[in-house]
Amino acid sequence: MTNIMALWPAVYIAMLAAFTGYVVISRVPVILHTPLMSGSNFIHGIVLVGAMVALGLATTPLEQAIGFVAVILGAANVTGGYVVTERILQMFDRSGKKPGKRSLK
Amino acid sequence: MIDLTWAIDPVYIATIFFFIVGLQRMSHPLTARSGIVWAGAAMLIATFVTFLTPNLTNFALMAIAIVIGGGFGYIAAKRVAMTDMPQMIALYNGMGGGAAAGISAVALLGTTNAATASLAVVGGLIGAISFAGSVIAFLKLQGLMRPRPITFTGQQFVNMAFLTLAIISGVLVVLQPSWIPLTVSIYLPLFFILSLGFGFLMTLPIGGADMPVVISMYNAFTGLAVALDGFSFATPNYAMVIAGIIVGAAGSLLTLNMARAMNRSISNVFFGAFGATEEKGIEIQGSMKSIDADDVAVMLAYANKVIIAPGYGMAVAQAQQKVKELTDLLESKGILVKFAIHPVAGRMPGHMNVLLAEAGVDYGHLFDRDEINPEFPSTDVVLVIGANDVVNPAAHRQGSPLFGMPILDVEQAINVIVLKRGQGKGFAGIENDLFYRDNTRMLYGDAQESAGKLVQALKKL
Repeated sequence: MTNIMALWPAVYIAMLAAFTGYVVISRVPVILHTPLMSGSNFIHGIVLVGAMVALGLATTPLEQAIGFVAVILGAANVTGGYVVTERILQMFDRSGKKPGKRSLK
Repeated sequence: MIDLTWAIDPVYIATIFFFIVGLQRMSHPLTARSGIVWAGAAMLIATFVTFLTPNLTNFALMAIAIVIGGGFGYIAAKRVAMTDMPQMIALYNGMGGGAAAGISAVALLGTTNAATASLAVVGGLIGAISFAGSVIAFLKLQGLMRPRPITFTGQQFVNMAFLTLAIISGVLVVLQPSWIPLTVSIYLPLFFILSLGFGFLMTLPIGGADMPVVISMYNAFTGLAVALDGFSFATPNYAMVIAGIIVGAAGSLLTLNMARAMNRSISNVFFGAFGATEEKGIEIQGSMKSIDADDVAVMLAYANKVIIAPGYGMAVAQAQQKVKELTDLLESKGILVKFAIHPVAGRMPGHMNVLLAEAGVDYGHLFDRDEINPEFPSTDVVLVIGANDVVNPAAHRQGSPLFGMPILDVEQAINVIVLKRGQGKGFAGIENDLFYRDNTRMLYGDAQESAGKLVQALKKL
């Protein structure tokens, strides 16, 4: 039972986090849906941190192997997610250079 | 060595703060780019501080894995073309799901605590489904696999059997009952194989047209799996829990919004095998009438108002630049030009906006479906460029597989010109009535070439 009791604070946190996620997304215009999906894809790249701890605490060769693969996958999620999102959002940046822009006038 | 472990939690707290601020900024076009930079900086610091976690070993393996994974992610993401972004998002999302499943596996090999194990099992199940499903989504969008729904008799039954068996083996992993002569080393791999199998199977019957919704849902899945895995450590990793839940909630909302834009329910997306069946007993009246670029140019030159309805075909043909030139040319002749953007044009909501922004088309020209639909009857010429399902009037006809999907009502315009490669069907595999209408003319050919010809012909006038 103590285990279950220890989970209650986590439920409070989870509820507030879910609400935050909902509120942050609810006012997003359609044009930002793709970059936002990519951005949230990047944010769950925090899984890398967990994979690092899992690998770091691994003792048997099997655990090490699984942890190693998990870190590779997590690292790809983080960097790939970031670069894709950054590239998409670059298109919306009106201040600086406009990639591929050609003017006829 | 100086003990820096005290720094871990404050840094994780700051990370979460910047993730939320980053997402908040990403929700507005002007601040969006800075949003991802904030989130990125936070992620970088969180990664570094994780090396300080007490009792860690295997640092060399960790560094090697980060270099391999990070290097792959960076290079692949830099090289991919803008049109291929959706499948890259699917791929990276799948990798996140795979990492989550891996964390669960390591946790389950070590833990004896039933509460921790339960959460790790659920996280592993969801992570594995997300991984397998995202891989199928990637293969379908990348064209390495037939994008059409793959169905067979008894499919739902087989899928449910896989899910049920996966859940049962998951329960066995947690309980480890002594009356079963098998050890965890048997049903733990079995659990993951069944979970992966279910992920593959449930994605097979989903057609390419529905993939955005599916990718978005697996994105939410991965978030949830990451959150659950946050509890699989001796001290819960709240950075993972909170970031995961935020993505889970935001991703779910995004999934519902996308499905609503297509007027499909989530269950219909996943179990409908959309586009697998042909509509029966409907004979389309009329024939397709072709037209050449010079005639279209004349039509355009004498128009007052032109609306361009772009689709994924425009992006595939890399025609955005030519379309932008055409727009500038028409505007220089005093013709009003607008772009009609269907929410699911392209392969993801907002995908078309990104592609047009890349070509330099101003936001001010882009109008979404609800804004532009009332304008079609007063429009002289509509140019449909590489769009198909989102302009199919069959959506207004009961019995059509598309029935109820909100579309761009281009058929109400005075003239409709469809730029199309050939006579094939759209991504959903459904015949398009629009092409047979009396006010529709087909301009066959590669969209980039056709748009180029229109520019040339218009300049001569």
